[in-house]
Amino acid sequence: MNASKTLVYDGSFNGFLTAVFIGFEQKLTHADIQKQGQLQSGLFAETETIFTNIEKAQRVWNGVRNKSNSAIKNIYFAFLSEQNNMEALIYRYIQKLMGSKYNGATDFSDDGVLKINQLAHKVGREKHRMEAFVRFQLTKDEVYFANIEPDFDVLPLISKHFRNRYADQQWIIYDVKRKYGLFYDLNTVEIISLDLSDIHTNSMQKSTAFTDVEYEYQDLWNNYFKSTTIKSRINNKLHVQHVPKRYWKYLSEKKAV
Amino acid sequence: MDFNRIKEKLNILADAAKYDVSCSSSGSNRKNKVNGLGDTGNGICHTYTEDGRCVSLLKILLTNHCIFDCAYCVTRKSNDIQRAAFKIQEVVDLTINFYRRNYIEGLFLSSGIFKSADHTMERLIAVAKKLREEENFNGYIHLKSIPGASDELMYEAGLYADRLSVNIEIPTISGLKLLAPDKKHEDFIKPMLKVKNEIIRYTEERKIIKSTAKYAPAGQSTQMIVGATGESDKDIMYSATHFYKNYNMKRVYYSGYVPISTDSRLPALGSQVPMLRENRLYQTDWLLRFYGFSVNEILDTDNPNLDMDIDPKLMWALRNLNYFPVDINKAEPRMLARIPGIGMGSVHKIISGRKYRNLNWEHLKKMGIALNRAKYFIICNSSDWERRDLDAATIKGMILQSQNSKFKGQYNNQLSLFN
Ligand code: SF4
Repeated sequence: MNASKTLVYDGSFNGFLTAVFIGFEQKLTHADIQKQGQLQSGLFAETETIFTNIEKAQRVWNGVRNKSNSAIKNIYFAFLSEQNNMEALIYRYIQKLMGSKYNGATDFSDDGVLKINQLAHKVGREKHRMEAFVRFQLTKDEVYFANIEPDFDVLPLISKHFRNRYADQQWIIYDVKRKYGLFYDLNTVEIISLDLSDIHTNSMQKSTAFTDVEYEYQDLWNNYFKSTTIKSRINNKLHVQHVPKRYWKYLSEKKAV
Repeated sequence: MDFNRIKEKLNILADAAKYDVSCSSSGSNRKNKVNGLGDTGNGICHTYTEDGRCVSLLKILLTNHCIFDCAYCVTRKSNDIQRAAFKIQEVVDLTINFYRRNYIEGLFLSSGIFKSADHTMERLIAVAKKLREEENFNGYIHLKSIPGASDELMYEAGLYADRLSVNIEIPTISGLKLLAPDKKHEDFIKPMLKVKNEIIRYTEERKIIKSTAKYAPAGQSTQMIVGATGESDKDIMYSATHFYKNYNMKRVYYSGYVPISTDSRLPALGSQVPMLRENRLYQTDWLLRFYGFSVNEILDTDNPNLDMDIDPKLMWALRNLNYFPVDINKAEPRMLARIPGIGMGSVHKIISGRKYRNLNWEHLKKMGIALNRAKYFIICNSSDWERRDLDAATIKGMILQSQNSKFKGQYNNQLSLFN
């Protein structure tokens, strides 16, 4: 019997779930699941390449969901964290879940469960931050355009929110770090990749891609942000805690004027 | 649009509106209709001001012209300041353009009272109506109910707004007489009562006819200024409880008085904004709304003020040591919620976790419980617990000592008040 083995998948969530399926099928107690291209295991470990299989992925998904709705969410969120070793953690989490008489997902006295919860929580927080911090700029061809650079791969998580809210305007949200984006064309949201010559931060330099009025509104917003501050209550520590500095470069209100 | 002129107005009218601390944009459930613009949900803080407050709405006055002279207000008639007024269409354009760029969740529109209460209220309603009907805007709208506005107008306002609010500002009637002699207590109460009754009526009708239109789905709120008239914490919290109970308030906000006047009836310019006190009041408010406390457990004639050194839950626990220690592995949820250092999130974790095994200190620590406070009040699956018979003063001293100074001077009036 194989107790340990390295499974290599294509990086997609379905690919990962397929790997989990194979792991369970082969009764691996420890599955070392790794993304293609990031293989780090020792020279002598046995490896197997996993081909994404939607049906198998679906079976794992359904199995987990039948046990617990919060677990399935935790798993997906933790996966999007892209953290080193999250695959092994999730694998163990699913093992525990399937082998437990309650749904093991709420056993907060278990280290692995806590860890997955924490990862999922962090990704959830990033999702909320992106829903808050996206700043659209209106291009001359009437698309509201935003660049983002989130800590985790949250685009799939925020798509629905923006689709529901901005149903009557075209928009693009583009992840500069992961080099892909979402484009809503008034009908559906599609995944796109762009050849961006400039990354559009809140820099003072105006880009010809955007309308003139765009900069007027940024200016108004920037002004509003300042007038709504109560000077006698300034608390920069709290401010930075809520709006960490790494997000500033895309926020028009944090433009240095 | 003349952007320079708009900018001037925005600076004046945002500056005048900022003392209203309400920023909530949650509690409504407006969906995006026929591919229109916007929806409402849990409410998002799109940014935070440099004083650490959530920015979720475009919060402005329609105008800061006012016929009244309330001493505590920057907009008062006798104050020598720049005045400005937005046109209705200007507010609509600003709201829509900010919204489309994902700056805000919606609009919070208030106003100085020009001509009459009704005249002012009509203009506020006109903005909301235009947003809903002409722009197909489904984002959040909070309108100020102008004290003294007629029932008919308050009815109409609720058809377009998600939330309505009248700020009571001064928690005691005697304080109001002193600082706003030309305003009557009833003028505040009347619109509040009308809105409350309409909300109840609509909720009832919705039960029978599902398609009943919405009326102020996010309810109403009010605000009290803290530290302007020498009122006690008991005055404030009893008055808050009264509003929660009798007017179905969704929220009561507490706003530490920011000195804006040389009026001798008020704290002098340059005096400290009572931010810590404000924070303690919010904590108390949370205990009342979510932790099952009633107001007289925390404040009464013998204890009319909160302890500034420690949070109100700890203050209560120290006065009631007879309820402790609580056994983490056996206690009912309502008792768990009363342990200092344990928030509602932790209560849930404890209840789930203890199904699997008896919890010990290590488990509690990993769940993120503030043991430096909690440890004096609990026992768990360990023989090692604080069994010395300590009196309240000693426990308080030890907790204060263990508290990191890193939290000093950093108070948050939004969420996560207990951990
Ligand atoms: S009526 Fe309102 S705006 Fe006018 S002075 Fe009084 S509080 Fe200020």
